[in-house]
Amino acid sequence: MDFPMFHLDWLNDRFLIAMIAIIHVFINHGLAVGFIPYITWLEQKGVSMAGAAQITDPAWDDMVYRKMKVAFIITTTLGAMTGVGIWFSAALISPASIGSLIRVFYFAWFVEWLTFVTEVVLIMIYFLTWKNAGRTLKAKLRHIRFGWFLSLFSWITMVIIVSILGFMMDPGNWNQHHSLLNGFTNPIYLPQLFFRTPAAMVLGGIFGMLLTTIFTSRGTAVRTTALKSAARWILAWAPVALVAACIYYRAMPEAMRFNMSTAVGTMEFAQYYQLLSYIIPGAVSLVVIISIWALLRPRSIRFAFVLAPCLAAFGFLGIFERVREFIRKPYIIGGYMYSNLLREEDYPLYKRDGILKYATYTGVVEITPANRLAAGRDVFMLSCSRCHTTNGINSIVEVFERVYGAGKPLDENSIEAYIPNMHNGRTYMPPFPGNTQELKALAAYIRQLQLTGEPLGGAQTEGVTVNPLNSMDAAVELMKKNESDEK
Amino acid sequence: MNILLQATTPVPRDIPLPLPLPEPLLVVLLVISFLAHIIFVNLMLGGSVLTLWAQIKGLKDKEYDTLAYEIAKTITVNKSLAVVLGVAPLLSINALYTVYFYSANALTGLMWISIIPLVTIAFLLTYLHKYTWHKLENNKPLHISIIAAAVLVFLFIPLIFLTNINLMLFPEKWGTVRGFMSALTLPNVFPRYLHFLCASLAVTGLFLFWYVGRKRYPFENYFHTLTRYDVKKKVYSLAFAMSLFQFMIGPVVLLTLPSKGVKWNLIVVILSGAAIALPAMYWMWKAITGPPELIDRHYRKVIAAMTITVLLMGSGRHVYRANALAPHKKLMAARTAEFESISAEARRNPPADDAPPVSNTTAGKGGRGAAVFQANCSACHRQDQQLVGPPVTEMVSIYHDNEQGLKSWIKAPGKKRPGYPQMPGFPQLSDADLNELTGYILSIK
Repeated sequence: MDFPMFHLDWLNDRFLIAMIAIIHVFINHGLAVGFIPYITWLEQKGVSMAGAAQITDPAWDDMVYRKMKVAFIITTTLGAMTGVGIWFSAALISPASIGSLIRVFYFAWFVEWLTFVTEVVLIMIYFLTWKNAGRTLKAKLRHIRFGWFLSLFSWITMVIIVSILGFMMDPGNWNQHHSLLNGFTNPIYLPQLFFRTPAAMVLGGIFGMLLTTIFTSRGTAVRTTALKSAARWILAWAPVALVAACIYYRAMPEAMRFNMSTAVGTMEFAQYYQLLSYIIPGAVSLVVIISIWALLRPRSIRFAFVLAPCLAAFGFLGIFERVREFIRKPYIIGGYMYSNLLREEDYPLYKRDGILKYATYTGVVEITPANRLAAGRDVFMLSCSRCHTTNGINSIVEVFERVYGAGKPLDENSIEAYIPNMHNGRTYMPPFPGNTQELKALAAYIRQLQLTGEPLGGAQTEGVTVNPLNSMDAAVELMKKNESDEK
Repeated sequence: MNILLQATTPVPRDIPLPLPLPEPLLVVLLVISFLAHIIFVNLMLGGSVLTLWAQIKGLKDKEYDTLAYEIAKTITVNKSLAVVLGVAPLLSINALYTVYFYSANALTGLMWISIIPLVTIAFLLTYLHKYTWHKLENNKPLHISIIAAAVLVFLFIPLIFLTNINLMLFPEKWGTVRGFMSALTLPNVFPRYLHFLCASLAVTGLFLFWYVGRKRYPFENYFHTLTRYDVKKKVYSLAFAMSLFQFMIGPVVLLTLPSKGVKWNLIVVILSGAAIALPAMYWMWKAITGPPELIDRHYRKVIAAMTITVLLMGSGRHVYRANALAPHKKLMAARTAEFESISAEARRNPPADDAPPVSNTTAGKGGRGAAVFQANCSACHRQDQQLVGPPVTEMVSIYHDNEQGLKSWIKAPGKKRPGYPQMPGFPQLSDADLNELTGYILSIK
């Protein structure tokens, strides 16, 4: 309402955030939280395998170093930038919600930032001092201790982030407490943390196994030992990950109940949820099979064999993130702000006067037959465009065609009858905010979209039109009125 | 402000929640954390420009190739710190200037989000450059191209930031801006950009002076003809020249600032900053022109004076922003308060058709069932006409003697007919509502 609407009309706005966030989670879990302890363990193994005259086994140490180098380069480039990218994309697409969250959780994010800075400094020290630490046994042992310390730190960063993810899921409390503690007391906080820890370890292990197949030649002793080590690491964590995934899986519907008093059984959620029940055993058994294979027949393992379980394991984490995001709907901040960025408490006003009147940027304020389609477009931009495109991914035309039949002409009257009630049947949808005129304009616009396929440009290309009711002129009048009221 | 622009200047509502910390504290955090961030950005940019320069010079003189490698090693560390240190000022400016910052972001959105992939690519290039130094020893054109590409990206990114930071100050332009390119050409972006580039080279010069001068730095292991003094003198001279240039570009920046934020407080802060840099300039001059053994003599004093200058310039930057936006912020606060009060008023007197949630209606038996139907079913079902789902008359014909069957279907529908979309379940309906609903449906003839 108060921000120029950035809009990606083909890709879908939420998809942009999702893409950036999922890359970040993969890197954070697979290459930092789960990978660094795995690397430290291998580094330590190198010292214990070394001959009496050596500090560490040089060939082994070099292999471990090269693995760490990959993780170091990826985490400090793509990993760090996607972390910032989550902020950037959220600010573009959901400015009202991220702005509100920062007002309340500034301190939490500030603390998280401090741990994050420490983590980056530690990871740089750990990697950049690796070669120098090999000169004396004492330095090498100190380096290994440092690795364990870094592992603990990465895990603590995750402990905080999970609570930040959690507070958005705890609706009633947002309005009452406004504090991060909700994040920790959220019903899925502990299951989530318990799940993420072993899942990250399994990811780290399987990624490590994949790198082993790249950095070592077949048939060498280093390769055999490294593959077996990765297999043991995975086999130690996989059962924990399986149990934790089941606990998390069972905790989710409860979180749904907490979140949306009305939504336990929507079809769409059920679909994702069902998918999980296949993916959990599927992904876990794939990594277990490759690990047992690597233990028994290490010589026959090749890059391509490890790639599939590795992708499955990352997919396993990805689908959990998707389900977790779904739990949040129809809100973006539970009980406070809907996913269309409108506050629940403002709905009575919008229902009464319409949303256009209060929008800072709209070309239409009074709807007339002549400007109906333009009004519909602005209503769409304000109340639908965060999740729907006109003709791209999750397009509004497509979702209506799914209801009324693909390719059939959409009936404006049916759309008008459907929209005000849709949140009852499709409980992940926020209620329509506008008044009757705006509803009619929106229905006409959707029908028009079906016929013309015209695209909808966001503020980043089209700019914005200022609503005269919310211009500086109007604000000056308001100030004058306030001043004379005071007298 | 131009009277003519007032009709097209937006006054949005602010986020109606209090600031997380007292405003002055947030301002201090913003200014300090921003300077910490920008120093490392300076080192990253200045370091890569100097690496490129030294490596090109190194084609003829091998010593400079070594120097380039030594500088290149610092880029990858400084760039990591630049990124992580950027998060705190980002958070703080988001909290303090939510509406202004986010509006500018959205209006230049495509370029703004491109920062993420562009910087990622530039970072990867700096690693590629560093880790292929020996591998590409005999293919210098390719190797130099890698760092040149990174330098190009590093030189472009500040323009995106400056465009945003500039655009956020001018709500009167928001209605006329069409994307990044038009925001880029607003006054003051380019002078500030030049100011920033000079600062980057000056800061990098001072940093390298310390870096190569450290006792633990095994200079003689790397270099054979160049001496420590040579390099120190060169980077010190660079810092001096760039600072001198700042004295020329600074006034241009000040003069091209739109007048709305220029006040005496700004002038005082900026001029004090410039004045404190003067003794630093003098000490640097003495060191560069004096005997080699005395080059280190005033270094600490130079750093102290320059730090104060940077702090004052950073504060001046904030003073301008605060001055420029103060009137608009006031108007925005008034609008926000007004909106909150009319929204509260509308909550107390909700529009009639929206008021009572279905399950609370106290209407008679048929009335309540009808209301439940209206709210939950009518979007897809009509009495005797097929809409999304089958007409009610058809339900009656199937379930007229099986009310329980109808109830369980509503709670958890299956998929029956080809060509129809599957019906969503309604497990959220209370038993009482469900009774009313099925009673109502089966009463329809």
